[in-house]
Amino acid sequence: MESSLDVLIYNFFNLEILKSSLPFLWRGFKMTLLLTVIAVPLGIFAGLLVATTCSFGKRWVNFWLMLYVDFFRAIPPIVLLIIVYYGAPMLGADMPVLAAVALSFTFNTSAYYGEIFRAGIESIPRGQMEAARSTGLTRLQATVYVIIPQATRNVLPDLVSNTVEVVKFTSIASVVALPELLRMARVVQGLTFNPTPLVAAALIYLLLLWPVVRLLSRLEHGLAAKR
Amino acid sequence: MEVLVEYFPAIVAGFWTTIGLGALVIAAGLSFGMVLAFLRAHRVKPISALVVIFVDIFRAIPPLVLMVLFYFALPMIGLEMSGFVSAWLCLSLVLAAFAEEIYWAGITSVPKGQWEAARSTGLSHVTTLVFVIIPQAVRMTIPPLTNRTITITKNTALASVVAVEEMLNVAQTAQAYSANTSPLTLAALGYLLIFFPLTLFTRWVERRYAWKR
Repeated sequence: MESSLDVLIYNFFNLEILKSSLPFLWRGFKMTLLLTVIAVPLGIFAGLLVATTCSFGKRWVNFWLMLYVDFFRAIPPIVLLIIVYYGAPMLGADMPVLAAVALSFTFNTSAYYGEIFRAGIESIPRGQMEAARSTGLTRLQATVYVIIPQATRNVLPDLVSNTVEVVKFTSIASVVALPELLRMARVVQGLTFNPTPLVAAALIYLLLLWPVVRLLSRLEHGLAAKR
Repeated sequence: MEVLVEYFPAIVAGFWTTIGLGALVIAAGLSFGMVLAFLRAHRVKPISALVVIFVDIFRAIPPLVLMVLFYFALPMIGLEMSGFVSAWLCLSLVLAAFAEEIYWAGITSVPKGQWEAARSTGLSHVTTLVFVIIPQAVRMTIPPLTNRTITITKNTALASVVAVEEMLNVAQTAQAYSANTSPLTLAALGYLLIFFPLTLFTRWVERRYAWKR
């Protein structure tokens, strides 16, 4: 019993290895944050654009928007990333890794955020738009200043939940050798032949996202209670 | 085109692996999530706390990190498993965590009076849950559940990282050998073939069950 515990500690909670891997993990962590800071605003902005355009209700425009959203919701993000990363150079568009990651993440997240904002906008009664228009606001102004703020509040739990998903799937960038948290952990693991860095990386994700997940549970159950 | 012809059979084989893995994940994840929600429904504090901790952990850690951890780290303490098993286990646990949250939200959305009324007619706790509460809760849970299930099933593509020969993995190998991206395109079409109808299906489900929100 004693010895198997030692094996566990040696492999998973090896302090010495943890200490030497910390600088790498820190670099990876910063890259993960950078990816999040790029992907979340881009995704939200593009998603808002999709949802707002959709709310104007032009039939043939909406058809293409739905196709865009469903297409990128149907393709696994890792597949999209690999196609952009390996495919773009073949088409003659050489792009740095970070750009390939940012591009494919934006396609994916904008589809999800777009769906969420669309549901939010649809939840706002028509009268709001009519009242706003009657005060002399243009359609765009009414959408931006009246509809979107209310819509955002209505779908806040879904927005937070999707943002957690985005942070989580930045780990996919490790597949194209972008040095984010998971990638760095795997590099150090390869150098030391010890999986402690992987455990550490998992714990870092957990520490980073646990508070948000807790908050999310509260938000979701809070809303359910209000209904 | 030649590349496509050459690697077509391999990618079709990968396609079936993807479907098989996906189906196993859905079966295990949804039923284990149900078990967890059942446990929590008894409202025994320590058990509920354990369920919540489990759910939080598997909601917070990225599935790819879990997969890599299971596949590369667990063998070090003697728990050897194939890529397929580790991918299946990770995704099932993640799906179970999300499903539990959704089931639980559904269960708590049924008013307390329903419990009290059912119990007062002499039904036991479990009978009440199964015949009174769950049928009402299901309506609430179906749209988010289908959505979430599909999102997580898409993650079977992550299994390519732990050497499972599913569609993406096969396509990448083919791409490396042929120095041509057509196999990837083919795989993308394969994913569309699986998930595009499913995405449309969730839209339909959302519309059908939309009576609140």
